Amino acid sequence: MIRLDNLTKVFDTPKGAVVAADHINMEVPEGEICILLGPSGCGKTTTLKMINRIIRPSSGKVFLNGEDTTGMNTQDLRRNIGYVIQQIGLFPNMTIEENITVVPRLLGWDKTAYKKRARELMDMIAMDAEAFLKRYPSELSGGQQQRIGVARALAADPPVMLMDEPFGAIDPINRAVIQDEFLKMQAELKKTIMFVSHDIDEAIKMGDRIAVFREGKLVQYSPPDDLLSAPKNAFIESFLGEDRALKRLNLVKVREVFSDDLGTVRPDDTLETALSRIDEYGYQNAILMINDRNEPAGMVTRSVARTTRGFCRDHFQVAPPVAELDDDLRKVASQMFANDTTWMPCVDARGRVCGHITQRAMTHHLGSRYRSRPGDSASIRSEAATKE
Amino acid sequence: MPSRSLQRVCRWLLAIALFLAGVWAQRSGMIEEFIFYLPDVRYLAAQHLFLTAVSGGLAILVAVPLGIVLSRPSVDRYAESLMQVLNVGTTIPTLAVLALSMSFLGIGTVPAVFGLFVATLLPIARNTYVGLKGVSPALMEAAAGLGMSPIQRLFRVELPNALYVIFAGVRTALAINVGTVPLAFLIGAGGLGELIFTGIDLYDTVMMLSGAIPTALLAVVVDALVALIAFLLVPRGVNPGRA
Repeated sequence: MIRLDNLTKVFDTPKGAVVAADHINMEVPEGEICILLGPSGCGKTTTLKMINRIIRPSSGKVFLNGEDTTGMNTQDLRRNIGYVIQQIGLFPNMTIEENITVVPRLLGWDKTAYKKRARELMDMIAMDAEAFLKRYPSELSGGQQQRIGVARALAADPPVMLMDEPFGAIDPINRAVIQDEFLKMQAELKKTIMFVSHDIDEAIKMGDRIAVFREGKLVQYSPPDDLLSAPKNAFIESFLGEDRALKRLNLVKVREVFSDDLGTVRPDDTLETALSRIDEYGYQNAILMINDRNEPAGMVTRSVARTTRGFCRDHFQVAPPVAELDDDLRKVASQMFANDTTWMPCVDARGRVCGHITQRAMTHHLGSRYRSRPGDSASIRSEAATKE
Repeated sequence: MPSRSLQRVCRWLLAIALFLAGVWAQRSGMIEEFIFYLPDVRYLAAQHLFLTAVSGGLAILVAVPLGIVLSRPSVDRYAESLMQVLNVGTTIPTLAVLALSMSFLGIGTVPAVFGLFVATLLPIARNTYVGLKGVSPALMEAAAGLGMSPIQRLFRVELPNALYVIFAGVRTALAINVGTVPLAFLIGAGGLGELIFTGIDLYDTVMMLSGAIPTALLAVVVDALVALIAFLLVPRGVNPGRA
């Protein structure tokens, strides 16, 4: 757990004192990723760097796991905090192995222990130990280097990690891959992480909580979905962008929105049954046909069912695209737009049909959060007004 | 390939030229004269190397720590002005430095070593300073953030990464040093300068050359030696020669 108590930094510049961080109070619960977000010069990096004293706080305290760090020796403090920076900062004079084991060696681990640890870490970041440990940083690509940078920060298994735009210098394709890998690792490691970013999409993807900074002040500190659905003021609204409702699509899984009330037909059913079921469920165009393993097998359209006689197995069209329960709504929306449909069948991890998701359900889900913002007096008042 | 065959032609031409030069030298009796000076060359070359080793060694011992001290953030304010002082020191011709040190320290080895030391100091101090200042701030931040103490940062990160630049300074300095030692003869410190200057005074080409050629060879050998040491000592990841 990281707790900041009135953390303040004042820089003396020739033009006078500049308050880079103004009485920051916040707490990151154990095992969560907190993203510090904001435009450049907003104090997010200053706040991060005060935690491991790369920047000395002017006043205020930092607590790690409930313990006040003010009296701690700077080197000891830093060795217990993983630190990843945007410029990566691998030591070019050391091999990858030497780079990864810097902190264990500083802590005086014995040789077999830190060599073993280096191999574990390489496994963790999915890089081949034999191929890479003896190489030098200059021989690696940017993405590989930052994976090593993360491994180096994790080497002594610190409970807390600070990451200063760690993936900012990596090309977008690799960045997404590394972000996913990192999230997978974090799901197991459960580190308490502070993570500076200026990329809203990254913040929404990576963060359990997002802290938005402006001119040295912490403006809003909430989980990403709350941030998007209930921005506190006009600055945050404009910072999140006008498409912030769309950004929420990333955060919601099909599982939360889908309905299991889905009418289907089997290949053995007659087209008459199909037609009656289409009417029964009120479908406009077609009904899904599933096979005996409950997998989507095709579509039977209303027009065919009405004009033709026979069995569904002889008169179906290809199966529509399906959504998996763990897909996010962004992917589903994209597929709906691409295929010009308003609904998609949902399948579970084994490919069995378990329901469907509609555009209506999606917009309703996203909109409902706006309508019922807890503690938002304005919306309650307007609701009250409409009732009268 | 045409360049390959051109190279071969050049090599042959060089071999023939060397052979003809040898024939000419033998015919004119030069080689015998050179052999006559051989014991002198041996003795004076040892003296020459001794002067280089002592003055160069002292310069390295003083200049590297000096460069390190100047590169510390706490002396940031004075570093550049101190560097300027050293710069001015190098602008003074070595001959003048030798003359000055003679007027204070008398004649012999001591003033010569001092003069050479002053001439060698700056390139090493300058390169140490620049090399350490040139270590990327990101590396320094990473090193600090991982929990290295300032001393650990210096020895594990800064010096290894600056070593190549520092060695470049040492190479330059020692090459200057070897080439300047002949002047030390003028204040009575011996060295191969004895043959060169006496040769000039006596209008004896062979005598002069038997001082000049070994001096040139020494300069080349010392340079190659330092380059070899640099090649072996500079970590592979920051060594352009081994990349």
